[in-house]
Amino acid sequence: MTVDRVAGVALGALALFVLVESRKLPLGTLHNPGPAYMPVVLALTMLGFAAALVAFGGRAPHVATVGWRDWRHTAAILGAGAFAALALERLGFRLTVALLLLVLVGVVERRHPLTAVAYAVAMALGTFFLFNTILRVPLPRGPFGL
Amino acid sequence: MLETFANLAHGFAVALSPGVLLYAFLGCLVGTLVGVLPGVGPLAGISLLLPATFGLDATRAIVMLAGIYYGAMYGGSTTSILMRIPGEAASVMTCIDGYAMARKGRAGAALAIAAVGSYIAGTASVVALMFLAPPLAHFALRFGPPEYFALLVLGLLVLAYMSTGSMLRALAMAVLGLLLGMVGIDQMSGFFRFAYGVVELGDGIGVVPVAVGLFGLSEIMLTAGAAVPQEVIKPRLRELLPSRREWREAWWPIWRGTWLGFLIGIIPGSAHIISSFVSYAVERKLSRHPEEFGKGAVAGVAGPESANNSATSGAFVPMLALGVPSGPIPAVMLAAMMVHGVSPGPLLIRQQPDLFWGFIASMYVGNVVLLILNLPLVGLFVNVLRIPYPLLYPAILTFSIIGVYAVNNSVVDVWIMLATGLLGYVLRKLDFETAPIVLGLVLAPMLELSLRQSLAMSDGHYAIFVTRPISAVLLGAALVLVLLGLRPLISRGLDWRARLALAEKGEPS
Repeated sequence: MTVDRVAGVALGALALFVLVESRKLPLGTLHNPGPAYMPVVLALTMLGFAAALVAFGGRAPHVATVGWRDWRHTAAILGAGAFAALALERLGFRLTVALLLLVLVGVVERRHPLTAVAYAVAMALGTFFLFNTILRVPLPRGPFGL
Repeated sequence: MLETFANLAHGFAVALSPGVLLYAFLGCLVGTLVGVLPGVGPLAGISLLLPATFGLDATRAIVMLAGIYYGAMYGGSTTSILMRIPGEAASVMTCIDGYAMARKGRAGAALAIAAVGSYIAGTASVVALMFLAPPLAHFALRFGPPEYFALLVLGLLVLAYMSTGSMLRALAMAVLGLLLGMVGIDQMSGFFRFAYGVVELGDGIGVVPVAVGLFGLSEIMLTAGAAVPQEVIKPRLRELLPSRREWREAWWPIWRGTWLGFLIGIIPGSAHIISSFVSYAVERKLSRHPEEFGKGAVAGVAGPESANNSATSGAFVPMLALGVPSGPIPAVMLAAMMVHGVSPGPLLIRQQPDLFWGFIASMYVGNVVLLILNLPLVGLFVNVLRIPYPLLYPAILTFSIIGVYAVNNSVVDVWIMLATGLLGYVLRKLDFETAPIVLGLVLAPMLELSLRQSLAMSDGHYAIFVTRPISAVLLGAALVLVLLGLRPLISRGLDWRARLALAEKGEPS
């Protein structure tokens, strides 16, 4: 399977999903379009492009030739981001960022624990001071005002 | 003409006021750092730093964001010349001859030529912007919904046609962006679309989390796993002066790059990237010594660097005059302006002359600031590159989270950033361009509204798009582009886009 064909199948599936979901909204008419009109037109266009990608994508590189060796880092970055999204308003900015950096620098990048702690604390406090105090961008505080 | 100069004088009065000047300087400084750092291009940089401008008035905020934009374009050349790593995509061509010059001990001269070329191009293109934007805005007052609809369709098709690689892939990505733009409350009927009970999605998917995800987060995902320490060539200050022969060789390529870049910049698409490729090809074609290209040709640095900076100003013409962004970076700038209550378009110049002319004047000032900043401080910027990437990328991730969260104080935006980051990572692995997604997302509400308003005007008759002359001409041009795009499918040969994609990867065509 080539990359174009994989992408064509995925985009086609997305277009079908949009078509199904658009049935919950009024379509209107050709002369007086409703809220579902544009999504349906776009989904049908996408379906056409997806079919063309599958049809003409035979000469594209094979999907097995794509290197995914960096997936561990990708998973770690996504995991850290997901943790931040969950913790930001519960633990507050400083605690969340300190924990996030501690894991990324200390565990994922295997830096010396002291380096990781110093880096995490300095960055968490420094960015909070820069954005919240100097630039007046309100950042969430957690328990004990942290 | 006299009126333009009077307006410009008024703009300078705004731009040279200490408050505005300080933010122009800060924007240029931060932008240069953004350009130097691998993984944070101008698009992600502007998106990340948007919350930092929330406490400012609109003029200072826009001046600072514009400073970040062209600062990043300057900064990108530093890593290209000293490390062979393009700080951002438009500096790919500078890598070739810039790094070759650095290996020959002419790193300082290459940096100076890039900086002076960028300064000349930046300044000359602002002059062109100043004279072109007001008449274009005046002309655009004739535009109604059908003309805007045709213009937006043409813009998306030009972007797809100008993209490197397949037009079909680029169009599919643009439609994906348009589909993302359908999420949220329908402007005409008030229906919630595809929000699934998430109240924060009522206003739609924000351009900032999508841009940071697709361009910033996906880049650190791709780079973090492959971090290899790079050799950094550190130039000495006394080496910064190019020789007389080098100046002579740089002079005409700088001017050719300037005009080429500005003209390409006006056209929708990743103009600053394409302009540097076109300029490099033109210089090689015109050179008496084409064999020197790739081995440290001065024209190979001067032309592309001038072109990509000039394209930066060119891209502001349709954004300021028509309110239509010509690429993902102007799209984010447009979103940033809207956050500050400014609506770019034909009426901007008339209704907010302080902002428009202050912005134009600040671009002149910004170019001088960058010239002063870039050369003496190059050693300082280079030191940023010595920070190990395993320490740098967690910091970039932190800034991404702050930038995205602070726009609406919403963790939903952080989730959107993560989802689009993963999407961008996969798409870039599969060699799909992500820029059309951002443009599609921004244009979707405008496109839908203009279509439905046009149909309301014509009592549901689609003929309105072809019976009005301006819209008919624009749609005719769109049709020509579709036919041109179909040509490689029929001829089965490599068209210019395929050759450009190979050049970007460093493969022979």
